[in-house]
Amino acid sequence: MNSSLLGQLAITFAALSLVAIGGANAVVPELHRQVVTIQGWMTDGTFAHLFAIAQTAPGPNVLVVSLIGWHLAGWSGLAVATLAMCLPSCLLTFTFSRIRARLGGATWLKVLQAALVPIAIGLMAASGLVMARATDSSLLHIALTAGTAAMVYFTRRNPLWALAVGAACGVSAYYLGI
Amino acid sequence: MNSSTDTDKAIRAEYVSLGDLFMGFLKMGLCGFGGVAAWAHRIVVEERRWLNDREFADLLSLGSVLPGPNIVNVSVMVGDRFQGAIGSVAALSGLMAAPLAILLGMATLYDRYGGLPLVQAAIDGVAAAAAGLVIGTALKMGRRLRPTRVAILIGCLAFLGAGLLQWPLVWVVIGLAPASVILTVWESRR
Repeated sequence: MNSSLLGQLAITFAALSLVAIGGANAVVPELHRQVVTIQGWMTDGTFAHLFAIAQTAPGPNVLVVSLIGWHLAGWSGLAVATLAMCLPSCLLTFTFSRIRARLGGATWLKVLQAALVPIAIGLMAASGLVMARATDSSLLHIALTAGTAAMVYFTRRNPLWALAVGAACGVSAYYLGI
Repeated sequence: MNSSTDTDKAIRAEYVSLGDLFMGFLKMGLCGFGGVAAWAHRIVVEERRWLNDREFADLLSLGSVLPGPNIVNVSVMVGDRFQGAIGSVAALSGLMAAPLAILLGMATLYDRYGGLPLVQAAIDGVAAAAAGLVIGTALKMGRRLRPTRVAILIGCLAFLGAGLLQWPLVWVVIGLAPASVILTVWESRR
């Protein structure tokens, strides 16, 4: 097993873990930058595919990191990536919630939340943009992205429908040779 | 414990075992298609009565301020509250176990059949829709927030830095977070 790759995975994801304000959907731009642009571990296409698979599965989206680790280095890659992404932020949360009582009232928490939520939303929008750039190679795909965004924004329908429609459109376009 | 007079405690479970924690969060992980947070509330507050509404809201807001996914942070805190550090591990592994197993099944299939043009076309379609899902969710959250002018400015800067300019996330967050705190306090005092 390539231990230098595992080491790099650990360092990359541990650093990401501590700036993941708003969870995994905030770190996609940085994940993409590290994994595709800087390290060249995979192509845009593979990155987009792994993200799509993670979105289809239940559970926290942070699992896209586990998938990347698995794709690069098998089981050990999966374990290292998952632990590196979860451990630092979980330890921080653990420590923080323990000293919470000593930090006093809820005012500072409200201020912090008001200040950080806009950042999380901006980063999430950035994630969507980076994903769209990595995947939208044709008019059909751009339309799928725009259509799904509109559906999520204007309706309360379960987003899994949109993913299913995406798959169906992809398959029909393939058969029609578009 | 004289909790019989305390209404806050009367509706709550007094003792939650490691197994309870694991199973509760296992269910959450399994049900959480497209948004675990709604299920977290249903299971932790309504179904198992581990926490009341206010306590849950408090943990969730703390979880969203700290880095990492809200729900992962909530599992760590809920586990710790009932069973200490081991409880955190039990809750977190419960939350991750099922999704990880499902994901690995899907990844194995992808490894085997992902090279087929038809499968490629299908996943390309899903990926395009997934990008739209993330964009739509961000827009929706922005609308729900009913943001102040400072919030709009900060959100746009985060989008600009991380999305359009592709700056390293660490610098975007380290630069924006303190600025946002200062501006938010300033705006609320005006």
